[in-house]
Amino acid sequence: MEKIEADLLILGAGLAGLRAAISAAETDKNIKIAVISKLFFLRSHSVAAEGGTAAVLYEGDSYDLHAYDTIKGSDYLADQDAVEIFVRTMPKEILDLDHWGCPWSRLPDGRIAQRPFGGHSFPRATYAADRTGFHALHTLYERMLFYENIERYQEYFVTSFIINKEGFSGLTAINMKNGEFVLFRGKALIIATGGLGRLYSFTTYSHTVTGDGAAMALKAGMQLKDMEFIQFHPTGIVPSGILITEGARGEGGYLLNNKNERFMQKYAPQKMELAPRDVVSRSMMWEIQEGRGFTGPWGPYLLLDLRHLGDAKIRERLPAIRDIAIKFNGIDPKDEPLPVRPAAHYTMGGIHADNDTSTPVKGIFTAGEASCISIHGANRLGSNSTAECLVFGDISGRNAALYVKNARMNDIDMEKVKAEENRIYVEAFKKRGDETVPLLRRELNNTMQEKVGIFRNEKDLLDALKIVKSLQERFRNVYVEDRVMEYNTNLFTYLELDNLLEVAEVVILGAIARKESRGAHYRTDYPKRDDVNWMKHTIAQKVNGEIQLSYIPVRVTKWKPEERKY
Amino acid sequence: MDKVIFRIKKGTPEKWEYRDYEVPVENGTTILDALYYIRDNIDRTLSFRASCRMEVCGSCAVMVNNFPRTACSTQIKTIGKKVITLEPLAGYPWIRDLVVDFDGFFKKHESVKPYLIRKDNPEGQLLQSPEQLAKYKQFTLCIKCGACLAACPVAVSDPFYLGPAALAAAYRFNADSRDQGKNLRLAVVSDAEGCWRCHFSSECSEACPKDIDPAGAIQKLKVQAAGYELKKFLHLGVKE
Ligand SMILES: Cc1cc2nc3c(=O)[nH]c(=O)nc-3n(C[C@H](O)[C@H](O)[C@H](O)COP(=O)(O)OP(=O)(O)OC[C@H]3O[C@@H](n4cnc5c(N)ncnc54)[C@H](O)[C@@H]3O)c2cc1C
Ligand code: SF4
Ligand code: SF4
Ligand code: FES
Repeated sequence: MEKIEADLLILGAGLAGLRAAISAAETDKNIKIAVISKLFFLRSHSVAAEGGTAAVLYEGDSYDLHAYDTIKGSDYLADQDAVEIFVRTMPKEILDLDHWGCPWSRLPDGRIAQRPFGGHSFPRATYAADRTGFHALHTLYERMLFYENIERYQEYFVTSFIINKEGFSGLTAINMKNGEFVLFRGKALIIATGGLGRLYSFTTYSHTVTGDGAAMALKAGMQLKDMEFIQFHPTGIVPSGILITEGARGEGGYLLNNKNERFMQKYAPQKMELAPRDVVSRSMMWEIQEGRGFTGPWGPYLLLDLRHLGDAKIRERLPAIRDIAIKFNGIDPKDEPLPVRPAAHYTMGGIHADNDTSTPVKGIFTAGEASCISIHGANRLGSNSTAECLVFGDISGRNAALYVKNARMNDIDMEKVKAEENRIYVEAFKKRGDETVPLLRRELNNTMQEKVGIFRNEKDLLDALKIVKSLQERFRNVYVEDRVMEYNTNLFTYLELDNLLEVAEVVILGAIARKESRGAHYRTDYPKRDDVNWMKHTIAQKVNGEIQLSYIPVRVTKWKPEERKY
Repeated sequence: MDKVIFRIKKGTPEKWEYRDYEVPVENGTTILDALYYIRDNIDRTLSFRASCRMEVCGSCAVMVNNFPRTACSTQIKTIGKKVITLEPLAGYPWIRDLVVDFDGFFKKHESVKPYLIRKDNPEGQLLQSPEQLAKYKQFTLCIKCGACLAACPVAVSDPFYLGPAALAAAYRFNADSRDQGKNLRLAVVSDAEGCWRCHFSSECSEACPKDIDPAGAIQKLKVQAAGYELKKFLHLGVKE
């Protein structure tokens, strides 16, 4: 067993993790920081973000307006004091990235450019063509190379959090290159592991986004918040699910049904295609259900039409979309509309944390999509997520650095470490039944897609719960067949499936309990929002092996709930 | 539906073989789809890297019939062969199956100081016109897939050569109007294992899935490096 020690451990190297690392290194040059990821940092899912990052930069826009848009978009489930911190910190984050070399798109006079985005009442999505996440992640990575007190552990697969009575004490991991067991010890941990989108079969997420952080937190007794809220993005391209950014509609793209109608006219006459994602995705599914979709070998779809933008604008503003359409679908968007359908895209819920990013467990902080602070409530606005990663990554890095200064290394419970080593190196490899990882994963994906998707109802949800419970049972008959310890993907996918099965149950339980419709959670049997009974956050926690739900109030500052019309 | 045989180099440096797998292929099926098909349906011990499946994370480059390509964005039908050989990227230490060691690649990248260097602590926006942006924009698109190194005859035979990706990264920052660290980078790239090792055969640019033209960047870097060396030689004092 290899042992690695640092003052601060940062788990995850997407936008949130890398922003946290830089912030911690700037706060205190004398602490040792270890950033850990199961991928080379530049492979993190954040690299796929396309459209933009929201920030108030110019005249005409204001913090109050950005906050109001975010809160209304959240269907009044966001904590309003958190949103205020968020909108006020964001402009500085854009400037930091500028100073660190981010190739932001520019106005003719040299200032940073912005574009419209769904649900925002001002064009405040700051962008670097349609590769915003890519450029932001590369910029943070490059900047990170600057600091001598950041150690990089790339391709280390973390398997569990070790917590004792005093709080955080360590992480167990596998060095993926040689398969060896590793124990990381630190005074504090920042969890920045991203979302859980690979629960679903039609999704915009990278293959590696498997809810590991949430699952490990749950197993370690931590609290998850609002996990029933999963965002479906209106425009995943069919069949691959690759995202066509909202920026495509921001630049003026139309959504069309099989009657060649811009059907958003009916559902959101003012904002049209740029209504928030939950609204557009549901509208699309209604169109499809009522027979106005197209049918193809890979299921129903609608059209995203960019032809009227013209080749020059498409090349300048949406080069990656053009490239994707040509490379993956053989379609040039200047000649032909693109086939699209809503796809699982974002995890609003996550590890329960306070506005300062601390969790109830001493020494553990969390940021980015893995966390739930909550600024997105029941539905996140486009371009608010990369922004969240920057703001709360920054805050978590600073607070964790200040924390470790006065903290000590907690004793580690070696019993727990031994048990984890046994689970991975002995139990996982024991030949049992003939169930396999791909078989169970496919069943899980299909169940979630069909029964826990955009439209939900009690019967489907109860069915889904039963299936997931039985898959958890059947998982005991899965084992790792690959005996070579170098880069054993069979082992990693086995551990990821275990994590997915763990979090699936929480998503479903939260959805069964929430008898209302709010944001991305739409119950056909309870189609109205119910502020009297349900304006509250769901908290899920494992107690004696059983998941228990409880609720905490939403923090309201000055925006009273009102009906959402777009 | 057509069938294609994938002949994959499988194993570790101590013990390996080529194994054949038959995969059904439609219009649009990518090499990465085929790899997932094999792992899900035929051989669960097949090891390869992938994440985004949309040619942006840089995980998945492999040798396809002896040519480096990103698996996720390579359509099988466009290759037009009934048998396709897949091997780990050439010129990198091999770990197993299609997985190679990238540590050296990232160290080379790091060594050219690929970050914006400023002598001041700027406060507001650093203005940059669209024309200034256009001067280096193309070279920011590198996804660090490593394909160019596997295609470069110099890099494959000389493990110390900095290689096209790192050199293109150096040029990217040198050409950025906001940067003030050009000479620091030129000191690194004009070294014996730097840009002068390149003989401009352009294999790297041909292999690049992002059309970045690292070979072109290296030629421009040579011009900068020549100026830098000359000044140093004439003791004109090179400002950092
Ligand atoms: C296709 C797409 C486009 C998007 N476009 C936009 C956009 O335009 N604007 C916007 O605001 N948002 C966008 N989003 C959302 C946004 O990209 C994400 O929410 C955000 O990037 C998440 O960043 P993160 O740092 O929290 O996590 P990630 O980037 O997912 O990083 C997670 C990190 O944790 C590591 N990790 C996870 N599990 C383990 C483990 N077990 N062991 C070790 N390491 C582990 C991973 O390797 C990775 O380094 C988009 C999302 C998608 C899917
Ligand atoms: S141009 Fe230079 S870097 Fe590119 S392949 Fe040829 S020798 Fe290698
Ligand atoms: S220059 Fe091109 S081939 Fe080389 S690493 Fe970058 S993207 Fe890949
Ligand atoms: S899987 Fe990301 S580049 Fe191919």
